[in-house]
Amino acid sequence: MSPSTDQENLPAVTRLFRRHHSALTPLLLLSPALLILLFVIALPMAFSLYASFTPYRMTRPDSIETFIGLRNYIRLIGNDDFWAAFLRTLLFLAIALNLELILGLGIALLIDRVTLGQRLLRTIMMFPMMFSPILVGFQFKFIFNDNIGVVNNALQFLGLADQAIPWLVDGTLAMGAILFAEIWMSTSVFAIVLLAGLFAMPRDPLEAAKVDGCTPWQSFRHVTLPFLLPFAYIAMTIRSLDVARAYDIVAIMTDGGPAGRTELLWTLIARVGFDNARMGEANAMAFMASLLSILFTWFLFTRLLAARRTMGGVE
Amino acid sequence: MAAITLEQVVKRFGRDEVIHGIDLRIAHDEFVVLVGPSGCGKSTTLRMIAGLEDLSDGTIRIGDQVVNDLPPRKRNLAMVFQNYALYPHMNVRQNLGFGLTIAGEPKEVVAERVQDTAALLGLSDLLDRLPAELSGGERQRVAMGRALVRRPEAFLFDEPLSNLDAKLRVQMRGEIKRLHTAVRTTIVYVTHDQVEAMTLADRIVVMQDGRIEQIGQPMTLFDHPVNTFVAGFIGTPPMNLIPARIAGDEIAFNDGQQIPLPDRFTALVTEGQSVIFGLRPDHLCPDKKQRETGTSLVEIPLKVHMIEPHGAEMLLHARLAGQPVLGKMYAPRPVAPGDQLTFQLALDKIHLFDAASGRSVTAR
Repeated sequence: MSPSTDQENLPAVTRLFRRHHSALTPLLLLSPALLILLFVIALPMAFSLYASFTPYRMTRPDSIETFIGLRNYIRLIGNDDFWAAFLRTLLFLAIALNLELILGLGIALLIDRVTLGQRLLRTIMMFPMMFSPILVGFQFKFIFNDNIGVVNNALQFLGLADQAIPWLVDGTLAMGAILFAEIWMSTSVFAIVLLAGLFAMPRDPLEAAKVDGCTPWQSFRHVTLPFLLPFAYIAMTIRSLDVARAYDIVAIMTDGGPAGRTELLWTLIARVGFDNARMGEANAMAFMASLLSILFTWFLFTRLLAARRTMGGVE
Repeated sequence: MAAITLEQVVKRFGRDEVIHGIDLRIAHDEFVVLVGPSGCGKSTTLRMIAGLEDLSDGTIRIGDQVVNDLPPRKRNLAMVFQNYALYPHMNVRQNLGFGLTIAGEPKEVVAERVQDTAALLGLSDLLDRLPAELSGGERQRVAMGRALVRRPEAFLFDEPLSNLDAKLRVQMRGEIKRLHTAVRTTIVYVTHDQVEAMTLADRIVVMQDGRIEQIGQPMTLFDHPVNTFVAGFIGTPPMNLIPARIAGDEIAFNDGQQIPLPDRFTALVTEGQSVIFGLRPDHLCPDKKQRETGTSLVEIPLKVHMIEPHGAEMLLHARLAGQPVLGKMYAPRPVAPGDQLTFQLALDKIHLFDAASGRSVTAR
């Protein structure tokens, strides 16, 4: 049998593959991953983007075929509920991230100084992360309950309050209660990352600072803190994505109430999309919400790169 | 600039005592080098002077002030670390000026002193660089500059040259010596390298196992080591140390070879005493060089089994009474392993140590 007849007998795909053997191999090997990405992320995203240009309601499936361009987005600009949720989410992010950073830094610094039982403390510190956010939400819903909650009970028992404080009913207090739950659950993320930073820190510059005349506070401010900054930015990036999509704790504790006072972007989006079945509008909101996350990530990463550059690392 | 005094200083880590009550007086403007093998306590001693380690017992004084309980920042000392310990996020200018800025000096003063110090150390073109952008030698100079700029009571150097390559080390050694002459100041310098100690020090402190073995000027230590440890530690190549016995007017080696006992030792040793015979390789030579110096010589035949050419001279490995000995040939000529050579042994240069205590028989 001559080679040419051999070629002719093979299926067309195999012949094509043989001819472009080297060029196609990488693509072929990558294709399972690419296909999964395509079906799991790219196509749903494209569909969602398309849906944001339609008045799609799940109760009327044919509405998906009506193209209305940017009308959903233009409507959002005048939607006060949306902007209130947007700003509230921004505020929630800012307060949660900063408080978690400060508390996490404090915990990391304290645990770093502990010599006996440090491993045990590190494990205990991570306990809050082991619970589902839904359960944390329930836990704090009961803790802050105005009739049977532990907080009110304790306050009244100690004589610090003479009547029940409506923790989850008053708008501002409810926001505070949700923040408290969020911070309780996730401060250890900061503590762990910053503690890793402290462990990685060379001791020599600290000793040099002592001899150079630094007080403990000055050593911390001028030597330890700059070293920890890249670690803080990494933790902040992770947590900003986490907090920006906050839904579960809020849904359980207040469900956006009272009267929308604790509505965050994703509780609003879920309400519009699923409860009110206005998927088109919800998709438009979701893309705006993603913009916020991208903005935060971009900002924090820029700072991270700058900090790492000055710490002598490579980008 | 001030004197530093250590009195009966003891350091314990938990139950382990690592420094056993050392006494040391470092004079104003003196360059003192603490030298010894690793683990001898030299770095711990320096860190106690700096205030980075607490004393377990004893007293440290800087000038007239007892500083035992004074935190490092109040001792007004400057320290150069082995790993440079530069602040990685600050450029050279900020690294140099940090101590002064912290001390609240006005900006113009800081800028001026930083400029002066940078000029002195040849760092003027590097002021805006970060430590990561500097070579090892440049980082070393910044570390020294950071110490210099503050004009402290004393400088503490903790093995500052051990991370540099051989050539740079010699160069920086010269630089440190030059600096000490230029800015007369008290320096305490820790190293495990006895060459550094010999070349830099006004006085050397030889330490071992948390004790001071001997304090003295470099040549005093070289010529009159008080015990076998100092004899073996100071000088390269190290002194030959061979067990022997006093037999009448002779020093008898274990294999029956004998050399005459010089007169200066007769009153210091007893008949039959076990001793360690010490002689530097410089004074065990198979050529004529020593004869011209007019010292009294004994001839001793030794079989050479290894040769180390060093260019201007040649080290010869041989055995005497079953012990390895080193000899030195000042005018190298072809020698092959296995050759039997007649070595000249300089009697004036012999050291004798008591075998039991290891102490020199001439030491009080």
